[in-house]
Parts: sequence; C-alpha cells; structure tokens
Amino acid sequence: MIYFFQQALNALQLGSMYALIALGYTMVYGVLSMINFAHGDFFMVGAFLCFVGASRLHLSFVPVLLLSMGGVTLLGVATERIAYRPLRNAPKVSAIITALGVGIFLENFTLGLNPYPKYVPPLLPSFSFNFGGVSVSSFQLATIGISIGLMLALHLIVNKTKAGLAMRAISADRTIVPLMGVPVDKIIALTFALGSGLGGAAGVMYAMAYPVIDPYIGIIVGWKAFISAVIGGIGDIRGAVLGAYILGTVEIMTAAFLPSTYRDLITFSLLLVLLIFRPRGLLGRAEIQKV
Amino acid sequence: MKSKNILAILAVVTVLAGCGGSKTDTVRIGVIAELTGAIPAVGASCRNGAEMAAQEINDAGGIEIGGVKKKVELFIEDSASKPEQAASAAQKLIARTEVLAIVGPNSSSNALPASEIAEKSGTVLITPWSTDPKTTTDSKTGQPKKFVFRACFTDTFEGKVLGGFARKELKANKAAILYDVASDVLKTQAEIFKKSFEDNGGRIVALETYTKGDKDFSAQFTKIKNANPDLIFLPSYYTDVPLQVQQARRLGIKVPFLGSDAWSSEDLVKMCGADCEGSYLLNHYSPGTTNPVTQKFIADYKTRYGGATPDDVAALSYDAFGVLAKAVALAGKLDRTAVRDALSKIPAQSGVTGFIKYSPETGDPVKGAVILRIKNGSFAWFADVQP
Repeated sequence: MIYFFQQALNALQLGSMYALIALGYTMVYGVLSMINFAHGDFFMVGAFLCFVGASRLHLSFVPVLLLSMGGVTLLGVATERIAYRPLRNAPKVSAIITALGVGIFLENFTLGLNPYPKYVPPLLPSFSFNFGGVSVSSFQLATIGISIGLMLALHLIVNKTKAGLAMRAISADRTIVPLMGVPVDKIIALTFALGSGLGGAAGVMYAMAYPVIDPYIGIIVGWKAFISAVIGGIGDIRGAVLGAYILGTVEIMTAAFLPSTYRDLITFSLLLVLLIFRPRGLLGRAEIQKV
Repeated sequence: MKSKNILAILAVVTVLAGCGGSKTDTVRIGVIAELTGAIPAVGASCRNGAEMAAQEINDAGGIEIGGVKKKVELFIEDSASKPEQAASAAQKLIARTEVLAIVGPNSSSNALPASEIAEKSGTVLITPWSTDPKTTTDSKTGQPKKFVFRACFTDTFEGKVLGGFARKELKANKAAILYDVASDVLKTQAEIFKKSFEDNGGRIVALETYTKGDKDFSAQFTKIKNANPDLIFLPSYYTDVPLQVQQARRLGIKVPFLGSDAWSSEDLVKMCGADCEGSYLLNHYSPGTTNPVTQKFIADYKTRYGGATPDDVAALSYDAFGVLAKAVALAGKLDRTAVRDALSKIPAQSGVTGFIKYSPETGDPVKGAVILRIKNGSFAWFADVQP
C-alpha cells in the first residue's frame, strides 16, 4: 500500500507538470481553434531562462520563476503578434505549419547558442519528509503546490474577471463577439500571455525536477501535454488539467505494476480507445459545424 | 541535343580527373563526429583527439609513403548524432572528398550506417568508440566486415566483465538493472551483464527499462527501491545518468551504481555532483595510469585544449589515428585496399589506451579495460581488467 501511495505521489508530480503545459495548448485552441505546436518549445525556453537565472545571474528561486514566466510571456505575445496574427484569416493549415516552424526555429536558435546539455543547479533546499513510510521530497511538494496555485489563479482570472468573460465569449463565438465591442486582438494577446506564462513556470518546475536540460526537451513533453489536452477535451480548461493527471497516473502506474517496457504502448492504446468512445475528449462539447 | 549532353559529361569528367591530381599530395583522412545533437561532448573530444594526432604527425614531417613524406589533411564532418546524417557524411567523404580512410563516428547508432557505406565502397573506417558487436559484423553473413575496424572493446566484453566484477569484487548478491530499451548498445550491455551476473551466482531482482527522451524515472526507481538490490547497473549515456541518479537518491535509494563506458564524460561528474560519488564505471583508459605514453598524451592535450583532461573518446580517436598512420606507412601507397591489408598486419601498437592488435580475421582489437570509481568529483582508477 505504501508502494502504491509512493507511486501516486510520483503520478501527481508528473501530472502537475503536464497540466501546466496542457493549459497553454487548450487556451489558445479555445479562443483561436488553432493548435500552437510551438508551445512545447516555449516551455523549453522557460527551462533555459531558469538555467540562465540560476547559474549565470545567481538569482534565487522566486526571481528565477518571475524571470522565466516574464520572458516566456513576452515570447508568446511576440510570436502571436509577428507570426500568428497575420495568418488569422488564412487556412488553418498555414497557422499550424507556422507554429511548427516557430518551434523548430526556437530549438535550433537555442542549439546554435550552445549545443551542450545544461545542468541547472537546485534552487530549493533538498530534503524529504516521511508520511507513514511514504517519502515526499521538497521538489515534489514545490512542483505540486506551485502548479495547483497557478491553476487556481488562472481559474479566477478566467471565471471572475471581465477579461476572462471576454475570453470565454470569444471561445463561444468568434464572429459575433467582436461586434459587441470586445477588443479581440487584446484578448487573444492576453490568452497567449497567460498560456505562455504557465509554460514558463512549467519550464522552471521541470528544470528543478529533472535538472539536465537540452533544446529538445520541449518536443516529447509538449506532445504529452498536448495529448493531455486532447484527452480532457481540447479547448476546455478543466479538461486539460483532468487529462494531464490521467495521463500522468496511467504512465506511472503502468510502469509501477507492469513491465516498464509496455508503458507507452499501454498509455497510448488507452488514449486511442478513449478517443473512439469520446472523440471530443472527456469534457469536450459536441460542436456543430456551420457551413 | 545528344551531342551537347555528351560534351557536358566529358567536361565534368575532365574536371573530376583534374581534381584527382591534387588529391594525392596529402594523406586525406575523413573524420565523422557527433559535434551537435544528443552527445556533443563526445563529438568535440573526437575532433580534438583527431586534430591533435594529425598535427603531431605533420609536425614530424608527415607519413613516409614510398620514400616521400606526405602531410595528413583532415576533413571533419558533423553527424549531428543522427544515423542518416552519419551515413550521408560517410558517402560525401568517400565519393566527393575522396578520403583514404575515415575515423568515426563514435556512437554505435551512427557508426553502424556509416560502416555499411565504408564496407560497400571498400574504404577503411575506424570507429574510436562504437562498442556494438554489429558495427564490425556483416548483418547478412554474420562474418566480420572487411574494412571496418574499431579502437575500443565490444559490448559483449563489457557486459561480461562488469557482471563478474559486480559479483566477485563488489560482492553484490542482488542487482537491479535500468536501461534504455530503444538503444541497441545499452540493451546488449544490460542483457550480457544479466547473464554474466547470474552465471556468477547473483540474482537480478528488478529489470526495468525506459525509452530515449524520457526524463521521469520515478516509477522505475520506486519499483527498484521496493526490490531492495545491493547494486544498480545503469548502462545509460552520460546526459541521462545525472537525472537518473539524482531521482534515485531523492527517492531514498542509497546503494552504489555501476555504469558502462557510456558514462565516461567529465560532464557527467559536473552535472551529477555529490549524488554520483562512489559509483563505478568501466572505461577504456584511466587518466590516473602510470603508462608514459598516456601521461605524455594527457599533458599535451591539456596544453593544447586549455587544461581539459582528455576523456576516453579523445584518447581512442588519438589511438585510431596512431594505428592508421602506421598502416598507411606500411602500405606504402595511397590505396584504400592496401591500407586495409596493412592494418590487419601491423604489430601490437602501444597506444594511449593500452596495446591494440588486430588480427587478419576481424576489426575488433585485442585489448584490456579499466574500472573507475567516482571520487571527490573525478574519475579515479580502481582496477584493471583483462579480456
């Protein structure tokens, strides 16, 4: 039983990481119906800013977190302004290809600066508690705590503020809402800012938990987070969080109780089965295509 | 129209033939290294070792071929640690640059496709660091390849030696293994270790895997912790090791780790810090040895590259050049097949990584290895092992 709880804790940590990134995918999809494939690389830039802050500028944890979140927020807003906005009325495929291009650019730009994997020094004290045989490390607590805190903050912004209301309105109908005086460009920029900021925070949490980073870390983690968003129902914020914790749990528990070689096989088979029965994800709404 | 085409072809042929003349003034050696991608430190060491060896040969006037001293000219290509790019680099060096022989690539995933091309086109390829038995073996016939050599030992040797070492020297009864199921090399090392450890009377209590690109190993290590082993065999590349060992320590695993030659980069110790202290690994050479050839190499390397201690890749690349230069001199002409024949005939060479001797049958040399232990943030010599 202790073994199960220990593994459940591992699952909670991994799920929290996926959730922070999945939110970026799902929010952008919610307002723009566009999949921002560069988001995994925004996350990677967050991890590298964490490296710069920690090992070059010698900052402590909170300034590093702010630096990464701020830097990636700016990157997200700038990418939207420069690369995505001119294509807003172009076919969706163009926007997706552009997003892939931005991602590859970011990977190779980082690679070009220095090809070596980086070691990020720990910014938090390393210790562990013992709860009835289950050991909880300070890193696990920080990842889970900060992730949940940020997700609650996002929940408040989206549901309790005027900007959040506008965001939900655009998500519901993008043709009518601008006619009612909602500044669409500003709201979309805000959406990118929030999503990217969370991605930056995820980068820091990642660099704390897995302190060796390279320019390609965003690819696989990005896929997993994107899959989380799809499982939960892409476009739905609660769905992304739910999907992320489900994916994290299935990954960890498969490796925990079955041969670890089958982990990805079982995880993705489950995903396929789920999508056959709920093609829009767990919390996704049926959408009526207007011709 | 047709005659125009023929004229164009003739023109190209004449130009190519014209180039041929200048291509025999020097000994043209190709180097394929993983300069970017997953293991850039390996590529950089290979390039450093190769450049240093070439310069030493040239400072001494070059290689004497039929009474004339010819300088060595290097052509360095980046494989980006990608198998397909390693293959195209080999193709380019053989067909367009027209090199006499190739040193590299280092990782087995890159060396394998490059070796196929070298074998087909009859060009000598010496891989400094690829330990996969398949690199020098023809996959169709199961016979050794004719033109492919290596400067290192093989995975089979490595797994066998480590299994025995863990059981006999470290007195471990129960071992756990974690390895990358997507890598042929690491998989072979893990399987042979398992067999060797069990043959020596030990028991494998957990056999866990992961896939290239994974960063979270918490599930596997929690499982291993539950199995309570005396030792964990971890044949991973040096970029994964720090993550794995740190996660294991944070989960409260205190037993020592045993690594393979995939660990051997000074970057590992820098990235892993105190968590890797006390772990063991197998390597091709030890900077702590008293061998004068090795000591001179280390001193020269430090002067040339700003105080950096050469790792095994640098040493093996340097040795690959040593045997190649001897073979070219013995062949007496700039001919790919003659170099191949000479390579299998030269007497045992005393290199930086110990004696190297090839037989006419295979490109795998007869040579020994060392066990290192991570102590005070560096690799310290622990024991010598012989095949």
